[in-house]
Amino acid sequence: MIIAVLSGFFFAIIALLSGKPIRKNMGWIPALLPLTLFIYFFSLLPALASGPLRFKYEWVPSMGVNADMKLDGLSMLFCLLITGIGTGVFLYASYYLKGHQYLNRFFCYLSIFMAAMLGMVLADNLVLLFVFWELTSISSFFLIGFNNEEKISRRNALMALTITGAGGFLLMAGCILIGSASGTYSINSLLASAGNLQQHTLYGWMLLFIFAGAFTKSAQFPFHFWLPGAMVAPTPVSAYLHSATMVKAGIYLLARFTPILGHTAPWNITLMIVGGITMLYSAFHSLQRTDLKEILAYSTIAALGILVFLLGVGTDAALLAAAAFILVHALYKAALFMVAGILDHETGTRHVGLLRGLGKVMWPVATAGLLAALSSAGVPLTYGFIGKDLIYEATLHAPSFAVLLTAVAVLTNIFVLYAGFQAGIRPFAGELPQQYRQLHLPGWRLWIPPLVLALLGVVFGLLPSLTDEALIRQVYTSIGGQGTLPPLKIWHGFNTVLLLSGITLVAGCLLYFLYAPSAAFRPLTDKWQHFSPEAITIKCSRAFLKFSNWYTNLFHSGYLRAYVSIIIIFITCLLGLKLVLDVKVYFDIKTNISGIRLYDAVVFAIILAAIWKSVSTSSRINAVASLSVVGYCICLLFVIYSAPDLAMTQFTIDTLTVVLFVLVLFRLPPFLKINDRKVILRDAVLAALFGAVISIIALEAMNEPTTKEISRFYAENAYVMAKGKNVVNVMLVDFRGFDTLVEITVLTIAALGVYSLMKLRVNSTTKE
Amino acid sequence: MKSIILKTASNYLLPLLLLFAVFILFRGHYKPGGGFVGGLIASIAFVLHAFANGLQSTRKLLRYPPGAFIPTGLAISLLSGLAPMFAGKPFMSAEWLSIHIPIIGLLGTPLFFDIGVFFVVIGIALTILFTISETIL
Repeated sequence: MIIAVLSGFFFAIIALLSGKPIRKNMGWIPALLPLTLFIYFFSLLPALASGPLRFKYEWVPSMGVNADMKLDGLSMLFCLLITGIGTGVFLYASYYLKGHQYLNRFFCYLSIFMAAMLGMVLADNLVLLFVFWELTSISSFFLIGFNNEEKISRRNALMALTITGAGGFLLMAGCILIGSASGTYSINSLLASAGNLQQHTLYGWMLLFIFAGAFTKSAQFPFHFWLPGAMVAPTPVSAYLHSATMVKAGIYLLARFTPILGHTAPWNITLMIVGGITMLYSAFHSLQRTDLKEILAYSTIAALGILVFLLGVGTDAALLAAAAFILVHALYKAALFMVAGILDHETGTRHVGLLRGLGKVMWPVATAGLLAALSSAGVPLTYGFIGKDLIYEATLHAPSFAVLLTAVAVLTNIFVLYAGFQAGIRPFAGELPQQYRQLHLPGWRLWIPPLVLALLGVVFGLLPSLTDEALIRQVYTSIGGQGTLPPLKIWHGFNTVLLLSGITLVAGCLLYFLYAPSAAFRPLTDKWQHFSPEAITIKCSRAFLKFSNWYTNLFHSGYLRAYVSIIIIFITCLLGLKLVLDVKVYFDIKTNISGIRLYDAVVFAIILAAIWKSVSTSSRINAVASLSVVGYCICLLFVIYSAPDLAMTQFTIDTLTVVLFVLVLFRLPPFLKINDRKVILRDAVLAALFGAVISIIALEAMNEPTTKEISRFYAENAYVMAKGKNVVNVMLVDFRGFDTLVEITVLTIAALGVYSLMKLRVNSTTKE
Repeated sequence: MKSIILKTASNYLLPLLLLFAVFILFRGHYKPGGGFVGGLIASIAFVLHAFANGLQSTRKLLRYPPGAFIPTGLAISLLSGLAPMFAGKPFMSAEWLSIHIPIIGLLGTPLFFDIGVFFVVIGIALTILFTISETIL
């Protein structure tokens, strides 16, 4: 299982390195990866009937973080969608972006994304889930910004990353909170402690954090605005990420947590309200768009709203409807996106007003569009009809506000139908304009995937039993559905649900024939633009930039002396405050401080003299030399108090520092007395205070009864365990070897910093 | 800074100091010393040589740019940490051979780790000093 998840990451590296073959004519090869995975997951489907499959992998067992995977109904549905639609999208992209300069990078990002999605839906550990969650955000950032030479692409990619990243951050908080409240990070064990979690005093915060993650990822109001912006991505990306998979990650999260945190009033009411607002708001917005992909984006947000809303209703019927609708929506929306992509690819425009009569030149594409649109409309005999039936069934029998909820659902579905017809039917109907007459059918890799998806929508509609027991029921049980519900059927007889479906169809068709999509309403809604969540977010980020600019300028004067004083003032205040407030300062001269011997006194006198010389001299070389005297005297102290390792290191470091100083001194301008008496006095006071604080701390530290256990452990075990007699060195290379490894890495970074700083300066002067 | 005495002395001092640095490096396991100090001493040796003979000749002597020592050392340290993993032990657990070699002492992964530190320190000290002095002078 873990190989299946990680294969995408390995493949990403291979794809990145094999740019030439992928660009030439081997572009279809990457599609074999999702296809293989699809077959693999599909072969596991029968095994699912006897309960979820679990895979155990150790990761950090000491912290309860394991790379455990669990394949239940919900994971299976998502895995099949990710790999199945992935196969289509990989094929589609290989033609859509044929010959693109960076096609290999595209497949690299796409396979990373696919692997991350698979990992996320399979993860049975909160930490693992979060890691993959973030990976999907990051890989989608690269995919949205794939046309990175366009400013709008970069801007919208950044916007999507900011929103989903902020949500991911809160999700992390939620995961940690849930993990520490229940004592386990394993999702499977969380199921058992659901009751405890819901009684927990921090239950509200858990909900808040989980919702923040899910709503940002799944583009729920008021975080919806990144999704239409993300449509700047190449169409395969939109079809894959923004209809079928990534935006459903939030839905997945909510569904996964329904049995754990759900079925409480705050959970249900929040989801219903947010989902309800989202579906109406965006369905209404889709009426005002004229760009095919934007229409589809808004109708996707509406569909996501419906899913959140259904999870919020939370009855058994609603959970079943959500399970079915995830599949329904993925099938028709990915097909519609691909159809829109074909139109864009062939005609160069996505404006609904300009595209007419294309069914005559590309009939398979038209068929795919028509079938997908019918499924999205919920016309009888399509899978969409069954999905819509289940939705109405759920809202009609909701425990409260049934009429209101049904009305909202019907209204949204009318708009969704309209959007589907706009994208799937309108471009192919009517007279073919002159300029499109020479168009012909594009390569099969472009139109086969949407056609297959759309056909599946019809096949599943005709034979609902194909998906019912094997998949949808499994999803239903894994998200906490308990009661037995009637099987999915094409025909339920004459009842209210059918009436509502009829109303939806008639009203939607009327709307389609009477109202041509136009931007006529735009000025009206644009008036409210100042208050839209998008505008507020942009304003906040501008204000943040301004603030950080101001803050940086406040502290960064560019003078080294200013930096040093700020740092010292800060440390003195912080430590001084702590000393005054919390520590009872006393020291016992008799017991703690050994008597002062002659050589102590001599070394001390030399240090004092050297310091006095270094601050009073007016020659730099004198100052440096006196400082080095101070350094060497400290070496002497180390030797006297038996720390030869420290002394050696200090000695060599001091030597090198002096050399460095001498090198730099040549370049400095002649010594200037820039400080007047006041500044000198100020610095003297500051230095004295800082010295006093440090001395008090040093004396105080001796008073504290430190545990000698650690040093004793090292002293006793250095030879026994690590075969070394020099305890300091054994600690450096063995006991605390990992620290040393990180330290030398840090040193490397410092050296690189010096190198690039100096070299950069040379470049800028040569330019002048 | 051209001085015949320094120049002549540095030619003899360089190998001596380098030997001393290596000695300090190997000595570290039992007595004061170790990769860090050893590396610093070795870089002082090269800096002395550079003072006497000019940077260019030291660079020629080193053959590789001092920056190249850094990744080499990091790689040695990292590999010495990774090596036990092939034997199924956790990352960075010490592994010793039972062969005792005079001066060097026991062979083991911590020794190689220390050798890595030695190279990294030489690389860093020389990179910083050489870069600054080249830019300044």
